Amino acid sequence: MTARTALFISIVVVAGQLGDLSLSRAMKTVGEIKRFTPMSVLRFLGRGVRVKWLWIGIGLMAVAFFSLLALLSWENVSLVVPATAASYAVGALGAQFLLGEHVNRERWIGVIIVCIGVALVCI
Amino acid sequence: MSESNSQRGKTFVLLALMVTFGSSGDVLLSQGMKQAGELHSWAPGAAIAYFARAFGNGTLWLAIGLLMLFLVSYMLVLSWADFSYVSPASAIGYVLVALMGYFFLGEHVPTTRWMGVSLICVGVFVVGGTHPSTKQSP
Repeated sequence: MTARTALFISIVVVAGQLGDLSLSRAMKTVGEIKRFTPMSVLRFLGRGVRVKWLWIGIGLMAVAFFSLLALLSWENVSLVVPATAASYAVGALGAQFLLGEHVNRERWIGVIIVCIGVALVCI
Repeated sequence: MSESNSQRGKTFVLLALMVTFGSSGDVLLSQGMKQAGELHSWAPGAAIAYFARAFGNGTLWLAIGLLMLFLVSYMLVLSWADFSYVSPASAIGYVLVALMGYFFLGEHVPTTRWMGVSLICVGVFVVGGTHPSTKQSP
């Protein structure tokens, strides 16, 4: 893996996870959707776009997205996409410390197994 | 059906949609960017010209459409489920991406990478054994 590829994977992971955490915070603010009719979903999305955390999240996701686009122009998808699975460790930490979620032992074990899988993928 | 089982059921359905839209979108995104060619310069003019050329590609727009559907599914499931559940559980999509990269794009996927992808699946099943929302778990 080249230094340029490693740098872009880092940007995709960090910006992407901060974006996802912001999105999660926004959606928890809107509250659980109970009905899945097209109108209910549209109304739910309408409430979502009024939450500032959604826009912060989309901005960060855009940074991750354009970095991913550039990365995919020179690397194979079967390397790039699994390598970004390092996001799971970053995401679980963010969920615990930034969102205050209770990440229990079982979930951490799952995340660690995923990370070992990622390490194997990147060898 | 209890509320807990009902919530788990709708979480699985939304996760399946996320994985399907996300994986298909990623593969088409890769195909579209390969067609656009490699980005050689990050100078503003060159980068804008590059992305303008890339966005003229129909495959890229199809990928963006699928990734938009992924985002909507993601937003819906995050309205009740923990991020620390949804995020690792959606890793099952890596299997799909590896399979699609191998079968549709003709990419070479070495044995160690297949082993890594398999291990990711095991991790996903462990996470899947926890309750989607810890705030509502008994």
